[in-house]
Amino acid sequence: MEFWQSFDWMLLIRCFVVGGLLCVIGQILIDKTKLTPARILVIYVTLGTILGGLGIYKYLVDFAGCGATVPLTGFGNNLAKGTIEAVKQNGILGAFTGGLKASAGGIAAAVFFGYIASLISKPKMKKQ
Amino acid sequence: MQKLGKQTIKFDTPPTILETACIAGPKEADGPLAKYFDQCLEDEMWGEKSWEKAESKIVKETVNTLISKSSIPSEKIEYCFAGDLLNQCISSSFGLRELNVPFYGIFGACSTFVEGLQLASVFVEGGINYAICSASSHFCSSERQFRFPLELGNQRPPTSQWTVTAAGAAMLSKSGPGPYITHITTGKIVDMGIKDANNMGAAMAPAAFDTLMTHFSDTGRKPTYYDAILTGDLGFIGRDILIDLAQTAGYNIKSVYNDCGVLIFDKSTQDTHSGGSRMWMLCKCFFRLSF
Amino acid sequence: MNSPIDTKKDYQEYVNQKSPNSPIWKNCLNAFWVGGLICSIGQIIFSFCMYRGLDETASSTVVSILLIALSAFLTGLNIFNKIGKIAGAGSLIPITGFANSIVAPAMEYKSEGYVMGVGAKMFTVAGPVLVYGISTAIVVGLVYLIFNTQAVLV
Repeated sequence: MEFWQSFDWMLLIRCFVVGGLLCVIGQILIDKTKLTPARILVIYVTLGTILGGLGIYKYLVDFAGCGATVPLTGFGNNLAKGTIEAVKQNGILGAFTGGLKASAGGIAAAVFFGYIASLISKPKMKKQ
Repeated sequence: MQKLGKQTIKFDTPPTILETACIAGPKEADGPLAKYFDQCLEDEMWGEKSWEKAESKIVKETVNTLISKSSIPSEKIEYCFAGDLLNQCISSSFGLRELNVPFYGIFGACSTFVEGLQLASVFVEGGINYAICSASSHFCSSERQFRFPLELGNQRPPTSQWTVTAAGAAMLSKSGPGPYITHITTGKIVDMGIKDANNMGAAMAPAAFDTLMTHFSDTGRKPTYYDAILTGDLGFIGRDILIDLAQTAGYNIKSVYNDCGVLIFDKSTQDTHSGGSRMWMLCKCFFRLSF
Repeated sequence: MNSPIDTKKDYQEYVNQKSPNSPIWKNCLNAFWVGGLICSIGQIIFSFCMYRGLDETASSTVVSILLIALSAFLTGLNIFNKIGKIAGAGSLIPITGFANSIVAPAMEYKSEGYVMGVGAKMFTVAGPVLVYGISTAIVVGLVYLIFNTQAVLV
């Protein structure tokens, strides 16, 4: 297929390694500190927003593609990027509208699919 | 009854544990103690719509089993002491609402069953003929109330414990063939500052140690006096800590001591990490042999 | 022999030495390959969207939505928690973990009703992520507005 011929395999490898390493850092935080998963997610999203706001995170995105955007730091970066773009256009109003606008798709999808899953599925006892 | 030392009561006419009953969930039924349960469930819901309703049903059926096993009609039962882990003790109060017996709802977390036995013993010593104690827990309802939703993809660290799905009940009577509750030693709250919610054994062990040492000094007994000394749910880590602590205080309890949380599950095959939690129904063995 | 419960500090040290550690090397390896795999699936979707002519922002949104849908699907099938038990941060840190943290409470609290159960409890785990993410983003926007520059690096 033509798509696979145009596919950047080196980018995929960089994506795998960077995405994997971001997860390894999270794993070390889980095992070495007593942070709960919710706290780790908060740390990641906040850090991503700050790095995005400082304009640093986009270098990682350029280097690793989805390896940087799929982890939750990428979600934070997206919030910051959207906010700054909106501030450029609408001034102070943009600070309040930009972040959610840029991440609306993900949040809406999570809420919608979460609701659907709760309609059709039940929690089951963990076997271990 | 008379007071011994700081925290111990000695009964003049020791109450008897007339009968016991226990219903346990499927995971417990796979464990090494399955043959002692009156009934084992095939699934945690037991035909109910929520984990909480299932737990209520387990309590109800356990007490019904107890009443039919002891052949004491429920009109003759004067008091009931029951508790569980949920807010407002809902599984006990809903489970026992048709029992029509004066009800004390108690909460002692991991100590609920023994707390109930102690209170009921004092009532029986005071002239009551029959009293029931019961306690229950359910893995799924506890996970919801204290930890995370079941479907959350989190990891359990090796020090974490597994809440048992079960209920246990005991009938206490003024006279009977035994086993007797001769002494009760009520523990103090001992907080050594362990903040890790996934290491409950380590958090509870100092309190167990304190109670045990007080019991020895109040009664003047030694560990060798007992056939068995059992704690409820310290798990593997808490059990080892308690053995260590007792050793530093000059008591060797290793040969007679065990923990019900260690006994209920098979660590090698059942993947419960540091053993079970909240082993109230096993306290029946505890009293038969030790106190 | 000194008793390890003379002080809280002594006891904490004693407990640390007594408690088994998490198998960190094994956990990190699993987190690495699962996390890398999830990001790679995202990359393939992203490249395919770009190939079909979508712009970068739209492609990125498609990746998020599809990974979230996949995570919700696996959570609904009672599979995600089994993956999470092995992968740990490998499935938590990618957007799949965010989705799971919304879907899991939604399913769990269904028994408390659809409004105050599913509707209200859906955000018990993921709520803080949105609160801190959005608040930080607003601060970033305000700081940018005041200094009108993306700090020193740009």
